[in-house]
Amino acid sequence: MDFFKRHFMVALTAVLGLVIIAYVGVQFNLTMFFGVVVPYLAILIFFEGIIYRVIKWARSPVPFRIPTTGGQNRTLPWVERNWLDRLDNPATGKHLLGRMALEVLAFRSLFRNTRTELLRSKEDPQGAKLVHWSYKWLWLGAIAFHYAFLVVILRHLRFFTEPTPGFVQLLDHMDGFAQFFMPTVFISGVVLVLAVLYLLGRRITNPMLRYISLAADYFPLLLILGIATTGILMRYFFKTDIVAVKQLALGLATLKPVVPAGIGSLFYIHFFLVCVLFAYFPFSKLMHAPGIFMSPSRNLVANNRWVLHVNPWNYPVKFHSYMEIEDQYREAMIEAGLPVEKELK
Amino acid sequence: MTGDGNYKNEFGVFAEKPKVRKKIYDRNKVFAGLAIFLVLVTLPLWKNLGKAVPAPKPSLDTPAIQKLAAKEKKCVEPTAWIRVNHMQMLVDWREEVVRNGPRDYTASDGRKFGASLSNTCMDCHSNKSQFCDQCHNYVAVAPTCWGCHLDKEKKQVAKAEGK
Repeated sequence: MDFFKRHFMVALTAVLGLVIIAYVGVQFNLTMFFGVVVPYLAILIFFEGIIYRVIKWARSPVPFRIPTTGGQNRTLPWVERNWLDRLDNPATGKHLLGRMALEVLAFRSLFRNTRTELLRSKEDPQGAKLVHWSYKWLWLGAIAFHYAFLVVILRHLRFFTEPTPGFVQLLDHMDGFAQFFMPTVFISGVVLVLAVLYLLGRRITNPMLRYISLAADYFPLLLILGIATTGILMRYFFKTDIVAVKQLALGLATLKPVVPAGIGSLFYIHFFLVCVLFAYFPFSKLMHAPGIFMSPSRNLVANNRWVLHVNPWNYPVKFHSYMEIEDQYREAMIEAGLPVEKELK
Repeated sequence: MTGDGNYKNEFGVFAEKPKVRKKIYDRNKVFAGLAIFLVLVTLPLWKNLGKAVPAPKPSLDTPAIQKLAAKEKKCVEPTAWIRVNHMQMLVDWREEVVRNGPRDYTASDGRKFGASLSNTCMDCHSNKSQFCDQCHNYVAVAPTCWGCHLDKEKKQVAKAEGK
């Protein structure tokens, strides 16, 4: 088995294995385990893991300002700086906030993604042309995926709150505004699946990407695809008792867990995959979510030119100043005709 | 750096290995960020925390149902199936009636019914607000049934108020 197949099959087997575990577990009536124990455990691992890793990151000193900048730094008053320079090379906290907001909400770094490729060229049919071009598809796929997932998660609040907040109902309404099919198709679900398939397809079809993709890259994508698929199946095709599902979810949310009867195994598969995603989160690349806030190349004001930053582990350096050198060699210097600061007395 | 953990600079002077204090840098910002995250994520759950929220109880107390003999007090399909699939059944009925015409529905136990929300379902379940809405509100779904179909209950109330 080659590198790609090995890594892809590990991830695929893991996801299918999880599906089977949940299915078999429910057949053996382990609904208490999959409905109460696993989700609480997963949520605990999720929060504990995130806090642990964020604090671990925070313990690393960042003595120097290392923002990667893409604009004119603040300098002499007659050097012009437009608003893009201010955002790309922030000199104040306000501009930094703007930079981070664009980064977090609009994935600006990804938007500036470029791709280097060898393309066929007309001038040189035998050879190839090296092209660097702005590649926006990854940004589009990523932003579609993240926002669709956010909408899906927010919509699920209707299971965890009673009464359901107005904005969730409004979101439901807007998401289903196409009024296509019955029950109404949620646009976010379609976008989510298409975006995940794009992100997965990108890794599989591009040989360069396939070469650097590991099981840890495929697994979250396949897991989320599994979650989306089971959710869509449950909503449109193989229905489950949604009132019982809400009782279960609300029981978890209010810390008064109940396991009502009559919930289909498809729900438990969906739920188990979600729990695994939560538990897996702090151990995985998914930590880029808190990580983006802690990236020194993004979250620092580029003020190296006017603020002294001292490295805390600087060792005391023994300086040998020019005056000491001159004191040592003054006679020889005068003899050789070199200029000296202090004449011999 | 030499092997014993001491640093050597370019003049051959040994210096003690610098001691970097183990601490959380930007402590306030980091903890503020974590607190905001925890609050944002759990905010929707605070209201009902520790309270047992009762499950909805759709009422079967209508004159039509009371008139039925105990043996006949059952829905067109088994209750558990109806609870899960009634929406799909209504969609199927709609397709059948609107596209093909005949309003016949043969239940899984062989009984025959007219495929009609207003006339079959609502004949027994004439109490929309006590029956349909109970669960629909609980799970926050807004079925479009009532965009076309008459809510008899409302009509009766309106009539009573009119008099």
